Amino acid sequence: MTVLKAENISIQFGGLMAVSNLNLEIDEGELVGLIGPNGAGKTTIFNMLTGVYKPTAGRILIKDHRGQMQDIERLHPYQITALGMARTFQNIRLFKNLSVLDNVRIANHLNVEYNTLEAVLRLPKYEQEEKRITEQSLELLRIFNIEQKKDELAKNLPYGEQRKLEIVRALATKPHILLLDEPAAGMNPQETLELMDLIKYIRDRFKLTILLIEHDMKLVMGICQRIYVLDYGRLIARGAPEEIAHNPLVIKAYLGKEMENDA
Amino acid sequence: MDFLQQFCQQALNGMSLGSIYALLALGYTMVYGIIQLINFAHGDILMVGAFVSYFVLRKWGITPVTLMLSFLPSMLFCLALGVIIEKTCYKPLRDQPRINALITAIGVSFFLENGARVIPAIGPNPRVFPTLPVVNYTWLGVSISRVQLLIFIVAIVLMLLLNYIVNFTKIGKAMRAVSYDKDAAYLMGINVDRVISFTFALGSALAAAAGILFASAYPQIEPYMGIMPGMKAFIAAVLGGIGSIPGAVLGGLILGIAETLTKGFLSSQLSDAIAFGLLILILVVRPSGLLGKPMGEKV
Amino acid sequence: MSKKKTTVTSFFVVVVVLLLLTIMVRYRVIDEYTSQVLTIAGINVIVALGLNLISGFTGQLALGHAGFMAVGAYTTAALMMKFNVPTFLAMIGGALMAALFGFLIGLPTLRLRGDYLAIVTLGFGEIIRVIMINLPELTGGPAGLKGIPPFTTNFQWRPVVSFAIVAVTMTLVIVFLSNLLKSSHGKAIISIREDEIAANAMGINVFYYKIFAFTISAFIGGLGGALYAPFFGYLSPNMFNFQKSVEFLIIVVLGGMGNLTGTVLAGIGLTYLQEILRFLKDYRLVIYPVILILVMIFQPSGVMGLFGNREFSLTALVNKLIGAPSSRPKSEEKAGEV
Repeated sequence: MTVLKAENISIQFGGLMAVSNLNLEIDEGELVGLIGPNGAGKTTIFNMLTGVYKPTAGRILIKDHRGQMQDIERLHPYQITALGMARTFQNIRLFKNLSVLDNVRIANHLNVEYNTLEAVLRLPKYEQEEKRITEQSLELLRIFNIEQKKDELAKNLPYGEQRKLEIVRALATKPHILLLDEPAAGMNPQETLELMDLIKYIRDRFKLTILLIEHDMKLVMGICQRIYVLDYGRLIARGAPEEIAHNPLVIKAYLGKEMENDA
Repeated sequence: MDFLQQFCQQALNGMSLGSIYALLALGYTMVYGIIQLINFAHGDILMVGAFVSYFVLRKWGITPVTLMLSFLPSMLFCLALGVIIEKTCYKPLRDQPRINALITAIGVSFFLENGARVIPAIGPNPRVFPTLPVVNYTWLGVSISRVQLLIFIVAIVLMLLLNYIVNFTKIGKAMRAVSYDKDAAYLMGINVDRVISFTFALGSALAAAAGILFASAYPQIEPYMGIMPGMKAFIAAVLGGIGSIPGAVLGGLILGIAETLTKGFLSSQLSDAIAFGLLILILVVRPSGLLGKPMGEKV
Repeated sequence: MSKKKTTVTSFFVVVVVLLLLTIMVRYRVIDEYTSQVLTIAGINVIVALGLNLISGFTGQLALGHAGFMAVGAYTTAALMMKFNVPTFLAMIGGALMAALFGFLIGLPTLRLRGDYLAIVTLGFGEIIRVIMINLPELTGGPAGLKGIPPFTTNFQWRPVVSFAIVAVTMTLVIVFLSNLLKSSHGKAIISIREDEIAANAMGINVFYYKIFAFTISAFIGGLGGALYAPFFGYLSPNMFNFQKSVEFLIIVVLGGMGNLTGTVLAGIGLTYLQEILRFLKDYRLVIYPVILILVMIFQPSGVMGLFGNREFSLTALVNKLIGAPSSRPKSEEKAGEV
């Protein structure tokens, strides 16, 4: 069943049509890739899906925790996260001066059950919930093998671990849809392989539907079941990895860019 | 005077005041457009400009010629002051969270105000700015004073000059590029530091001119004189659309007219509050200002 | 050692310390002049803590906290003098009024991304001052409001009672903020400072928490003013001018934005500095901004930044003294605990 649907969405910035007439449909449990040359509009699409930008045309529907498709038009990003869709950022937006553990704990905010009064008076409910959140956060960090760094400030982590923390943090919001924006950026082949396994693992373990943007073709071809290809804001191809790899339009889009750059 | 005449008179007075606000607002909007900083110290440059002119005029005596000539040392001095402030206080903080630069700007503003107070030559007490004898020209029952005429002429000349610089020179193009995308401009080979300093220089020079005009219209000058005009000019810039040069002019005029009409027809106590009322109104109704374009942050 | 034991012990330590100080004031071990300065320092710390909450922890610069202090002070005075409301209730009323103002000006302003709060609060501070000057029936006008009932009519006990009330209030505010900031709500607030967009993406209602923090911040600022009215007995609009707001800003910046311990230390320090530098008169007003600028350029994280932005933790100290290992890891001490 469909969990995420974009119907003919477009967005215009001033005179520039950044994305036009995009249609996207993702079913439960799928692992889908979104690829395309730089500037094709992939992150812009993520921003529209998560409510950061409002599309100038079209609509976006997301299945919420209760199983109903919701139009996200009037929703703010935090409300969309509450519906069950979380994302990571291309440029890593960690809470730099907070510890690794705190970064994850904050993402648990949605699920916290004490109010301000209980917090300030340190009533038992507070302690209970804090314990629960801490444990859940540590568990997630363990999966990604960064538990031992829990007290380090996020800004002091090496780049690869920062990227992992981005994902852990998004997971802590207990989503059923996860949007990953270039999760493997800047990773070496070893780390990338590790990431591929991790992504598959969390998909199975947390019953996620995953849409990811990536440039690393090994990763995309390796784990995505379906791929959407974007160029200049338009969808130019979609299908299974093998089809995409041999699609002449796709090849032209990437090669064409390369030739432009060489010229 | 019947109501229409009164209204037109006040509107004229308002445009005169508004032109001064516009000159000051231009500095705010240009600096904000380029480094996203509300330069709290900008209003105090107005004060410095007024005082430089004051000292010059005290030396040379006041005549129409000396008044015009005093613009030069005043604008030059403030231009230099603006650049020095930028280089010593704002530049080091460019990569830090914005709140840090804001706080520093407050510090600079405070320093200028109270520094002027303790300088014996200036001192905390108001001084009388030299003025030419009042001459009024009347037309259809509405009168315009010589000072107001001066304000209009100087303001228009300076704005035309600014327009020329921004739209028809290389440095102006660089300014526009940097305010659009600082990093891209840098990559294009533009010396961003120089452009920023130049922007401060321009803004400060305009503030100095505004100071002299303001002092000519309201001849009491004292170290805190720049606070209120500064705040109002910033509000004018927001009203017109922060970052937009035509917006600053429009906002300044609107604010000047609104303030004068309030003073004339409602109450003069309210006239200061009207500026903040307008601010809240524009923030609620149209935060990007009348001529502004909503600037999205790249996510 | 159980957590409960630590908490109870810490509580007793606080009570004992406060009692001790109060007794020292009563028997003039701490002389009256010093206790007065300390009382003022306590009030300054309270207002500065309020400012730190919104500016240091939430990252939204607010410039008119003297305005909230004024609202708190004048409301309290009016309630006591015009409506015969008992002191404590009047003070709560004063703080609530300030919170209301904070809420109202926060609503249109905090919706926006940008530095508008700074200008709006600056304007607010000025407008409050102008309003106070222009409402003589309520506020005594520019001449000021005299004869505000003190905390106690007993002349001998007055400095003691004032000191005690201010000290207790300051302690309560510190505990409140400390506990708030360690909780999930507090962390949500801090995450807004760190990265608003990411916070939003993590499910945090950014606008709500900005308003939340700002309203509490205004309440605390008003509370400072509410304490000031009966303590000082006299209010004048020019006591709550922009210069005062800048002083609070300096306290927060000097101590370290986002650090409660720093605000306490800097608040006490600056109040003393004001006394010591009184002979400098107007030159003081030049030195303060220079301090501000120098701190921002060379040590923007303030004094406590030199110590890794650590907070003083009474529970950690108690744990150490009683010999038991700290029951929580170091990271838990990041945002002050009592």
